[in-house]
Amino acid sequence: MASREPSVLRPVRDVAVVAFGQTATARSTDELSEVEMLMPVLHEVLAATGLRTSDIGFTCSGSSDYLAGRAFSFTMALDGVGAWPPISESHVEMDGAWALYEAWTKLQTGEADTALVYSYGKSSPGSLRDVLTRQLDPYYVAPLWPDSVALAALQAQALIDAGETDEPALAGVALRSRADAAANPHAQLGGDVAQGEYVVRPLRTGDCPPVGDGAAAVILAAGERARELCGRPAWIRGIDHRIEAHGLGVRDLTDSPSTRLAAERAGVFEHPVDTAELHAPFTSQEVVLRKALRLGDDVVVNPSGGALAANPMMAAGLIRLGEAAARIHRGASDRAVAHATSGPCLQQNLVALLEGDAR
Amino acid sequence: MSRSVGKEPVAVVGIGQTRHVAARRDVSIAGLVREAAARALADAELTWADIDAVVIGKAPDFFEGVMMPELYLADALGAVGKPLLRVHTAGSVGGSTALVAADLVAGRVHGTVLTLAFEKQSESNAMWGLSLPIPFQQPLLAGAGGFFAPHVRAYMRRSGAPDTVGSLVAYKDRRNALKNPFAHLHEHDITLEKVQASPMLWDPIRYSETCPSSDGACAMVLTDRAGAARSPRPPAWMHGGAMRSEPTLFAGKDFVSPRAGKDCAADVYRQAGVTDPRREIDAVEMYVPFSWYEPMWLENLGFAGEGEGWKLTEAGVTELEGDLPVNMSGGVLSANPIGASGMIRFAEAALQVRGQAGEHQVAGARRALGHAYGGGSQFFSMWLVGAEPPAS
Repeated sequence: MASREPSVLRPVRDVAVVAFGQTATARSTDELSEVEMLMPVLHEVLAATGLRTSDIGFTCSGSSDYLAGRAFSFTMALDGVGAWPPISESHVEMDGAWALYEAWTKLQTGEADTALVYSYGKSSPGSLRDVLTRQLDPYYVAPLWPDSVALAALQAQALIDAGETDEPALAGVALRSRADAAANPHAQLGGDVAQGEYVVRPLRTGDCPPVGDGAAAVILAAGERARELCGRPAWIRGIDHRIEAHGLGVRDLTDSPSTRLAAERAGVFEHPVDTAELHAPFTSQEVVLRKALRLGDDVVVNPSGGALAANPMMAAGLIRLGEAAARIHRGASDRAVAHATSGPCLQQNLVALLEGDAR
Repeated sequence: MSRSVGKEPVAVVGIGQTRHVAARRDVSIAGLVREAAARALADAELTWADIDAVVIGKAPDFFEGVMMPELYLADALGAVGKPLLRVHTAGSVGGSTALVAADLVAGRVHGTVLTLAFEKQSESNAMWGLSLPIPFQQPLLAGAGGFFAPHVRAYMRRSGAPDTVGSLVAYKDRRNALKNPFAHLHEHDITLEKVQASPMLWDPIRYSETCPSSDGACAMVLTDRAGAARSPRPPAWMHGGAMRSEPTLFAGKDFVSPRAGKDCAADVYRQAGVTDPRREIDAVEMYVPFSWYEPMWLENLGFAGEGEGWKLTEAGVTELEGDLPVNMSGGVLSANPIGASGMIRFAEAALQVRGQAGEHQVAGARRALGHAYGGGSQFFSMWLVGAEPPAS
């Protein structure tokens, strides 16, 4: 463990989310390429800030070749961004939340004052449960094709066995998320959704996220530039991410030490938050994350409906950061925690603390 | 509430590579990356516990058939409980990965960062991994060579370079590789005639003028001023670093000398205070997967005027003993674990200014450039490292 590091990182530069845009997540977008899906949200965040592509200091994106079914899939999106004259640009093969982290780091160096972050994923062309098995240890685990729902079910069963939750409580998470999603025009699944049959015991249809295609974009700005571009910037007071061991057998699946560590370093435990946007694709994972982030009943969790309402791969984490920031922008929150995850059973987690100026 | 202004200086204190070969059947992917990382730590005389964060890069996941392999590699990279970031910017990724790691130090997010890039091409077939048929898109034909050969031909026509220049580059790089124990190709019986007689693959690119397919990994330990002060060996200091991207295809694109490459070099030189790269830079490790890219990049990077790059190559300026040595390690032409190739360029530049390049050391190298590019000549990443700490 990195013992020499301070337990809370105070960023050298104040950086804020000043704009956020997302597509409506859809089960299938056969008629759209990734670029066509992405372009409207890029235009949305640029229009919201009045910036043009050439005004942006740094651009960073997140996507997956395995979802796109081709190598270098992100190069097509770059054409859509309009990288001419040439731009300072990078890409992570991760959820867009980590692209935001790389962009935030660039702004910390002082080399740029603004950054455009975007991510997208189309899960519809393939069988997502099968595709995600390709993330697993290629020698000992992937050949067995254990799918993402089965692995999440192991985690859910471990929580039930430990007395941390039960099936009615999980159904409650699903019910609340879909009810909240009814007010979210971007959600794929909202309103009165039946819990349904078991997919993999103990998880029922209602405990699982919908499979969908979507894209999201965020603009970051530093210091005074943020105030020029946004009435109430969502300041990133802290941001950190941590990963856990890959082998499920060596992890305690009822806990998320990586989330707790990231939250600690982001300063989440120093002051109470009023809102949490958690990237918990399965109901049972919200239980784990609430515990790791020490969220009380007074915290509004996933007012957007969360990943149970819309879970576009590679974008769903960035959307959590965007949703939390948007609530601060419109005055519905003063201090929010946003979380993104990657890998089987919450293997890797990112936590950000966002704050609005006092009103 | 800002604590300080200005970037934290970044130093390279540890470098490790695997011996690059066609197929490392004796190790898993995890074993391969672990080997390079352990060597970088040993060079820095640090342990896994000294590392605050890990930044890993590789080219497309199809090259091994593992989706987002960093998840599986978390344990092998000693990253459990730490931040692990995965960069993918096509062929420039090895360079970009190092730059992302450097930003974590420069932005004072972390003190000491392990950065690593790898490719284990033997797990799959990169050429066909690049050649999947995509509806409504121009096919890349058979791998990268089919894409780049016409641009080489355009350079030859534009510059009037004689046909033999490509073979001179290959002959030089393959001989340099004989002095680099980590290089994949060690062709002890190489002659210029053999290069020139090798089969034509993608006219005008001959077999001996192309890079091999390699398994390999490269790792570096980057640290701040305090970390550099504890370094047991001389560090290499970063004087400038930049990335630039432009679209793949558009009206007016110059494939021979892309503007993104020119802009990227100009940004690096500005940061480093370099006004005359030909005079002020002592050695260059540039990304030359096909021999003709040496004269092309010499022009793109400002070491020669337009249409003049081939004259430097022909006059022997870029030889190990020339006054602007290029690819002292043997370059991409002698080892190409694709995702790692950019980082190897960056690391070899750092080895030169640390005075630790062994038999392929350029005497008295004080400033060296590491260069990588990728995609359709559209992604560029570069850094300039020096033996002395940066002035500002």
